[in-house]
Amino acid sequence: MTTTVDAGRPTAQKSSRAAGPRRGRPGRSGRAGRAWLPYLLLLPALILELLVHLVPMVIGAVMSLKEITQFYIRNWTAAPWSGFDNYRVSVDVDAPVGEALLHSFFVTVGFTLLSVALCWLIGTAAAICLQDSFRGRGLLRTLFLVPYALPVYAAVITWVFMFQHDNGLVNHVLHDQLHLTDKPSFWLIGDNSFWALLTVSVWRGWPFAFLIVMAGLQNIPRELYEAAALDGAGMWQQIRRITLPSLRPVNQVLVLVLFLWTFNDFNTPYVMFGKAAPRAADLISVHIYQASFVSWDFGTGSAMSVLLLLFLLVVTGVYLAVTSRGRRTADV
Amino acid sequence: MRSIRAAAVGAVTLSLALAVSACGGGTPTGGGSNDSPKTLTYWASNQGASIEIDKKVLQPELDKFEKQNGIKVKLEVVPWNDLLNRILTATTSGQGPDVLNIGNTWSASLQATGALLPWDEKNFAAIGGRDRFVDSALGSTGAPGKDPAAVPLYSMAYGLYYNKKIFAEAGISKPPATWAELIADGKKIQAKGKQAIGAEGASLNENVHHVFVFAKQHGADFFTADGKPDFTSDKVVAAVKQYVDLMAKDKVIPPGNAEYAQNQSVSDFAKGRTAMLLWQTASANLRSQGMNPDDYGITPVPVQSGTPGSGTQINSMVAGVNVAVFKNTHNLDGATQFVKFLTSDEEQKILNKAFSSIPPVKTAQADPAFNTPETAVLKNTLATSAAALPQVPSESQFETTVGTAVKELFADAAAGRAVTTESVKAKLLKAQQQMPAK
Repeated sequence: MTTTVDAGRPTAQKSSRAAGPRRGRPGRSGRAGRAWLPYLLLLPALILELLVHLVPMVIGAVMSLKEITQFYIRNWTAAPWSGFDNYRVSVDVDAPVGEALLHSFFVTVGFTLLSVALCWLIGTAAAICLQDSFRGRGLLRTLFLVPYALPVYAAVITWVFMFQHDNGLVNHVLHDQLHLTDKPSFWLIGDNSFWALLTVSVWRGWPFAFLIVMAGLQNIPRELYEAAALDGAGMWQQIRRITLPSLRPVNQVLVLVLFLWTFNDFNTPYVMFGKAAPRAADLISVHIYQASFVSWDFGTGSAMSVLLLLFLLVVTGVYLAVTSRGRRTADV
Repeated sequence: MRSIRAAAVGAVTLSLALAVSACGGGTPTGGGSNDSPKTLTYWASNQGASIEIDKKVLQPELDKFEKQNGIKVKLEVVPWNDLLNRILTATTSGQGPDVLNIGNTWSASLQATGALLPWDEKNFAAIGGRDRFVDSALGSTGAPGKDPAAVPLYSMAYGLYYNKKIFAEAGISKPPATWAELIADGKKIQAKGKQAIGAEGASLNENVHHVFVFAKQHGADFFTADGKPDFTSDKVVAAVKQYVDLMAKDKVIPPGNAEYAQNQSVSDFAKGRTAMLLWQTASANLRSQGMNPDDYGITPVPVQSGTPGSGTQINSMVAGVNVAVFKNTHNLDGATQFVKFLTSDEEQKILNKAFSSIPPVKTAQADPAFNTPETAVLKNTLATSAAALPQVPSESQFETTVGTAVKELFADAAAGRAVTTESVKAKLLKAQQQMPAK
């Protein structure tokens, strides 16, 4: 991570990174007789990886090609093959199932983009504010991390209470005290549910961004700021020219991880809305859960999961390709 | 870079593997056996005010069973929210309890999975015969013409609970018997600054139970005689609209109830905020919330006109809990013995008293404990004016799709959007299109 210091100077970064491991290798190859040892040590991890990750994925993919309804769940190996019927149903946007999935997909994309952007913005802003040491910094840091440390259910159910129409704190403040609305709003049903969900998601997500960015900031040498200050750079310029470029590799991973977590988040919407989320807040994870568990149609549910997997793989691939290329061109 | 990419791919893989693997599993398994004759696992549904209360009620009875038969029963009380998922998971994996409780409306759906032991003549004979049970309860144990998938254990029916004090304040001398009277009384109650009637607008099950009864009162059914969904007939649309109109047009259900799904309407009633509540056997729940039984009365759920009865005078679903045996139990004889024990006269009286439900066993029902004013109303409802929810394999999907449609209609009503015949029909059409094709 020390390389982040030189984000603006590519040659130093590349050489330091590439040279490190390579220098070590010739020595190791001298002891060629034990070349198998690393592989042996990796073997348990590899087997577990297969068991925990790949096998369930393959089973899920196989299930998506079968007609697994309530008539076959007891012995789903005997369920009839349905070819790509489940996929056809899932992507036929003119029919209700496909239309609902597409709608849920768009809601999820919009929700994820907003949530990640806000989490990143708040987290980074907070981290930068706490970059310089002052009295009470430790306390604030701890306080900021509380939402991240709380158990999901307890935290979200508290929000549900606050969002209640009749006795909720949110309506009490917005309506009774500030008189911002004509009448108490509904937050857990109807269109506002999207904003309620977004609020909870950002509240839960930004401390993670804060934590990661804070760690990234530790690696930016003080001298850079001092030099910049001597050259007459103000605070805003320091943030733009030093802090953000130095954080780039951290941000690249952070945004991706936030994106994937938010996109797949099941707990928050499920605790907030239960089995049938309002249309405005119909996130895809709950939607797929409903398609499989509530409708007892595990074949279609699996097909939707596989489609989601493909989509996220594409997004991740494109994201990494674009951000890496962007970095390379910026470096040149 | 490579490590980042690997980490990213790992993260995607992990998250999706989790999502996908949630649907995994599945071991083909055969019928039951008697490999472990000394133990049984029992999943009980949550009948009392809390899981702890249920355990306290059930454990002494299980100890009694162990003393009589030498079989140790491992008890787990499963909350209603989890029960169906747990049963589905057990069905898929073949790893389940020996004996379990099911919501009686799920009987036909679970029957279709083939996971439950069919109660043919032989099995029924082992527990004292089919004739011991009340007909209405037997009507909710599986698809017609098939051997029942479960045996009735606790019976319940809907009644109209009303707060005597609020009624007196509003100058209402007798509880409403028709919907028109209920609305008129509601207006009088609202004039006194109280809420008229509570509802769980966001609870899919509650919504379905109510619109089912309204449909019956309109002479309609949600399924055709051959089991096809038929949600958009004029009568069904009118029935659903009448229920939602209690909030949208008649304004007797407060808009805030549109988001209720955690029994908040029961709390509102117990705390004297609302004057009326449509609920099934609420007394144990109300007692645990500190409401004095003398403060409320119970009367049959209103009808369109006249008095409750059969046909369009139906005013409740047949609610209740059935007990079933998991087909691949390792203690088939023990499981049957345990069902016999639970449905014996003595246990029926003890358990139904504790849970304020009604025994579906005729001889137990005769006990004077089930002749209190409350149970008399509910017992009479079950005997004369209750109908079983559709006993079709897709019943549980029906509860989800139609329950969601009504929830969305309530949300519209609460937000002040118009609820029209067209909007009701559109929601029901969407619900019907989401029903399984086969």
